[in-house]
Amino acid sequence: MTIIVRDAAYEYISGVRALDGVSLTIASGEAVALVGENGAGKTTLAKLLNGLLRPSQGSVEVEGYDTRSRTTAQLSRQVGFVFQNPDDQLFARTVQAEVAFGPRNQRLTEAEVEARVAIALSEVGLADEAERHPYDLAVPERKLVALAAALAMHTPVLVLDEPTIGQDGRGVERLGALVDRLHAEGRTLITITHDLDFCLAHFERVVVMAGGKILADGPTADVLSKTELLAQAQVEPPQLIQLAQALGWSEAPRSVAEFADVYAERKARS
Amino acid sequence: MIALKGVTYRYPGTQRDALHAIDLTVGEGELVGVVGANGAGKSTLCYVLSGYAPHFFNGTVEGSVQVAGHDVTRTPIGELASDVGLVFHNPFNQISGARYTVLEEVAFGLENMGLPRDEMHERSEAALAATGLMDLAQRSPFALSGGEQQRLAIAAIMAMQPRVLVCDEPTSQLDPAGTRAAFEVLRGLARQGGTTIVLTEHKLGWLAAFVDRLLVLHEGALVADGPPRQVLAMAMDHAWGVGATMYARAAQELLARGFIPPQSLLPATLEQVVESLR
Repeated sequence: MTIIVRDAAYEYISGVRALDGVSLTIASGEAVALVGENGAGKTTLAKLLNGLLRPSQGSVEVEGYDTRSRTTAQLSRQVGFVFQNPDDQLFARTVQAEVAFGPRNQRLTEAEVEARVAIALSEVGLADEAERHPYDLAVPERKLVALAAALAMHTPVLVLDEPTIGQDGRGVERLGALVDRLHAEGRTLITITHDLDFCLAHFERVVVMAGGKILADGPTADVLSKTELLAQAQVEPPQLIQLAQALGWSEAPRSVAEFADVYAERKARS
Repeated sequence: MIALKGVTYRYPGTQRDALHAIDLTVGEGELVGVVGANGAGKSTLCYVLSGYAPHFFNGTVEGSVQVAGHDVTRTPIGELASDVGLVFHNPFNQISGARYTVLEEVAFGLENMGLPRDEMHERSEAALAATGLMDLAQRSPFALSGGEQQRLAIAAIMAMQPRVLVCDEPTSQLDPAGTRAAFEVLRGLARQGGTTIVLTEHKLGWLAAFVDRLLVLHEGALVADGPPRQVLAMAMDHAWGVGATMYARAAQELLARGFIPPQSLLPATLEQVVESLR
């Protein structure tokens, strides 16, 4: 499921030009993070990928089809989208009904719908909350309901808008494990995040945006080591990379284990 | 400035205490962070301090809640509002919907306080400048991004100059530069303005670097209270669901591999871990 964005621009009715001349190709199975300051155009770009928005200029292709030639309903079977604010997404009276809505619209059998709902709720840790009203849950849990609803659609591409906001330490670890598993299964994953420690640990490629344009695009640890470039996008390197830089290292460790390996090698050499 | 004695709160229709037997004293000008797993009671503590619990959410409060000289459980929210400000977790819940521009939204609370027009202007513009929103002053609040709305929520409460400021994850939607700026503004309000600030957060790195004191809530109880480094080190040894900074995790890994000597206190900030490796 390749996504190709060619010279895309988007202007809101208010006149705000949120995207300007963005070109990007995302190959099937990639895990890509979009980072940058508030208002950089990250969410607008993501909404172009599943047809919630159509480019004012340029084009967006999903699996060879221009998004303008597809309905949002058709695109939603290819590209799942989990909103930053779950209240933009949830509408059903129970968690179960919310997660079942998408698969049921795919005209799956009730048995298949039930199986998908059970698996999706279990993956996000909400198996015991199936009968509750989504709005009786706290916001972080509502975000997980929205995620489960997208997971149950089994879309080849999944867009996660700020998935770690409001999640506690355990919640972030659970999300990280889920991202790793979906990535290993070959799902294309795109996230928008300010959580650069999460981005470094779980996404192989990062796209840095500022002012509606792409400033940098490349392997996560490389790009997130470029302090001056990141400053243009109001972004600071992840904590592990800041630590490596403070110690005068040229290496950019992606995990605590890698950090300790580099430390051990340097210690052995000195 | 804040004195909670034996405070237990239960939401209506529930069987469990959302907060249980909390004793807490916070002095004038202190900047206090609150951490804990989701559901630990962080937002509820914010609601109790600002009077939303029980006045808005109903439910039952036991014990004594004294904030800025008010007996909170007996004082209407309207009366508390000029002394105790609450920045909501979701800024969308805070925007009044009654004003057309960002500037008017910030001035809305001041209008309700009956301030003179010049003072309203002065305070609103100062709050917008502090939160980096001056360029968006004439924009509709609903045309802002999530991060910008969050800065607006902070600005609107700041402008009211409350003696006690309670913030429920005030930087959750902000980019790193915005987060740093928000923490600097809050620290300035506490240090120079003498504002007492209680804020909940999941961003442990920022808390470790900025707050004077850190509290941990676990299943409604206050289980730790002290300097951030001490409290975060304790949290790594308990199943409170607080997590740890990557700095602390890196130090812990080096400790486990025998590269640094056993320490009673794990570092929590960049400066602390660099120091411990020297």
